[in-house]
Amino acid sequence: MSPEDPARHREGARPLTAARVLDVDHLLEDPQTRIVVCCGSGGVGKTTTAAALGLRAAERGRKVVVLTIDPARRLAQSMGIDSLDNTPRRVKGVDDAAGGELHAMMLDMKRTFDEIVESHADPERAAAILGNPFYQSLSAGFAGTQEYMAMEKLGQLRAKDEWDLIVVDTPPSRSALDFLDAPKRLGSFLDGKLIRVLLAPAKVGGRAGMKFLNVGMSMMTGVLGKVLGGQFLKDVQTFVAAMDSMFGGFRTRADATYKLLQAPGTAFLVVAAPERDALREAAYFVQRLAAEDMPLAGLVLNRVHGSGADRLSAERAIAAAENLEDPRIVDQDHGKAGVRTSPGNSPDPDGSSGSADSGPGTPSPDTTGDAPAEGPTDAPERSVDALAAGLLRLHAERMHLLAREQRTRDRFTARHPEVAVTEVAALPGDVHDLAGLRDIGARLATGRPELPEPGA
Amino acid sequence: MSRLQVVSGKGGTGKTTVAAALALALATEGKRALLVEVEGRQGIAQLFETEALPYEERKIAVAPGGGEVYALAIDAELALLDYLQMFYKLGSAGRALKKLGAIDFATTIAPGVRDVLLTGKACEAVRRKDKRGRFVYDYVVMDAPPTGRITRFLNVNDEVAGLAKVGPIHNQAQAVMRVLKSRETAVHLVTLLEEMPVQETVDGIAELRTARLPVGRVVVNMVRPQVLDATGLELVRDTPRAALARSLSGAGLGGARRGGHAERLVDPLLAQAEEYGERYTLEQEQRAVLGELGLPTHELPLLAEGMDLAGLYELATELRKQGIA
Repeated sequence: MSPEDPARHREGARPLTAARVLDVDHLLEDPQTRIVVCCGSGGVGKTTTAAALGLRAAERGRKVVVLTIDPARRLAQSMGIDSLDNTPRRVKGVDDAAGGELHAMMLDMKRTFDEIVESHADPERAAAILGNPFYQSLSAGFAGTQEYMAMEKLGQLRAKDEWDLIVVDTPPSRSALDFLDAPKRLGSFLDGKLIRVLLAPAKVGGRAGMKFLNVGMSMMTGVLGKVLGGQFLKDVQTFVAAMDSMFGGFRTRADATYKLLQAPGTAFLVVAAPERDALREAAYFVQRLAAEDMPLAGLVLNRVHGSGADRLSAERAIAAAENLEDPRIVDQDHGKAGVRTSPGNSPDPDGSSGSADSGPGTPSPDTTGDAPAEGPTDAPERSVDALAAGLLRLHAERMHLLAREQRTRDRFTARHPEVAVTEVAALPGDVHDLAGLRDIGARLATGRPELPEPGA
Repeated sequence: MSRLQVVSGKGGTGKTTVAAALALALATEGKRALLVEVEGRQGIAQLFETEALPYEERKIAVAPGGGEVYALAIDAELALLDYLQMFYKLGSAGRALKKLGAIDFATTIAPGVRDVLLTGKACEAVRRKDKRGRFVYDYVVMDAPPTGRITRFLNVNDEVAGLAKVGPIHNQAQAVMRVLKSRETAVHLVTLLEEMPVQETVDGIAELRTARLPVGRVVVNMVRPQVLDATGLELVRDTPRAALARSLSGAGLGGARRGGHAERLVDPLLAQAEEYGERYTLEQEQRAVLGELGLPTHELPLLAEGMDLAGLYELATELRKQGIA
């Protein structure tokens, strides 16, 4: 039972699994890196991570634009991007000594969609599309539109070539993978068979085979009309007719964005918290990116807890706390009295020496020396003991949390040892300003700064 | 007690867990609850440690007292084919529609159709009766989309009835809205005692209220135990380090002198207490914000060992104790 007991290997010591450490600064500074995509499940700090990476890259000399999807209000305000105008704005307060700049914007998906329409159709046709009820619903945000528009905007920013580096946040989707799938899905709809049926519901072809096919198709439109209601179908048809010339364009754009994501200058960062669900989603993501030939740079593990006292196991902390809380069970008063009245009798007389450190493992009952001094002087002592017990319980809780996080993390590392990881310590509150983002950026770059090395 | 319990919450707050615990809590004394999933994530199966759920109602748990929990992962595509079969006897035409991409279109792209199908299926389960005219399920608990999308998801009426002004989809949307806007339904929001989830909860409730959807309760999940209270935190600031070192030493944690084990524990332990104090203050602030909503609020503890099946029953018991079921 020494403070260095073996339990700590189970409990607190973190760096047992040899995960590769992600070199964030190298990634951000490398001129080859042109796009960083932050993805991951909801509630893991994707937006904050994207903003912190953007700020760090800018302060290290790059001209950066951060595309956020749905930032917390106060964060958006602090970056000056709380107004939705769908264009990047320069962020003030960034250290530009290294020659970098930070621009940021918040995605307005409807506006982005409108802009595509306006740039591809003549004014009259564009007006017809923009006024169509089906288009209005589609562009206001249905399954996939946000994802599609995020990728569309990314494509636009990249095409402008005004920035060295684009950092993208991804939408808080049903599944973290949606933004990969949605553009294709929408693209294939807009380019697909169904559209052709809707465009030419009653045409009768010349050849027998075609004739049969078209009879089938007109039956289909009949059914669709029945199910969806005639007006709805008509709206879709009008929409489709108006968009006709643009469909090829949509498909081409979706394909181009997809290729952009596979390009060498793109790096994906999977963001997660050391929790089971978030890491499971991260693992899916890692597999999926590999399957799609998309370059994964590494895993950002947010909200990791550490402890400066991780050699003291939860069990020992609780035992000691109980000891302090209920002096009747153990001869606690003796111990304290001893310490108080004769500090020279402390179990660890010269504490600093290494060999003496193992002393407390074998405390002899008579380190206490003389009899306990019960009485009035005991009251403040008691409250100190209560506080010490509280601190120990707090510590035990922290150690349990550490152990749980470590287990979750180990499970991920075992499955994906190839993935480089950087850890960011949990902060008590949210980040609302550039100073907070800078701090996160520094933590991202050091991997695991706050966690003491074993034996340090 | 509303028979359709919709559970939403910001991503990462544990809404699936809370929905499952709620279903267990409601399924007491021979009651039967159906837990439905609408986002195709198989979160329920993972939680109950079973294989992936098919599009089929299946018993997945027996609650204390003999109640039963059934689960269903609603698949929009299958629900649509079902629906077409039921109303139009489509048969092979359904397959042809699928081949054409119409089903895919209807369930993934066509505005709102997917949501109508998902909520429609849940409402059907709420209304379903057996041969003797009793409700098949006493309660239906839905693990719904997150707070940011919940109002739009439930408010299919505005979206779809506006687009499809006549026809079965329109009628379906109307029927669904009648259930969703009635006292039969309660929408609960799960949050954490952190700024963003709380802000999203406040915004979400305002949206639900504007859409006249029935707001139920707020469930604060993963509440950390209170180890030190305000007085304790004051003591942290006022207590001399040496006294703490002596106390720790007295508890058998090593020497109290400079460099001794107990003495070296003081700084890191105080640092942890300071972090705790900072969080404690933030949490109190967030509690106050939630308090202003004037809704029944429940708190569920953070489970030290992480979430597992035993933990789920523990949370169900807690919900029952707090009178949610």
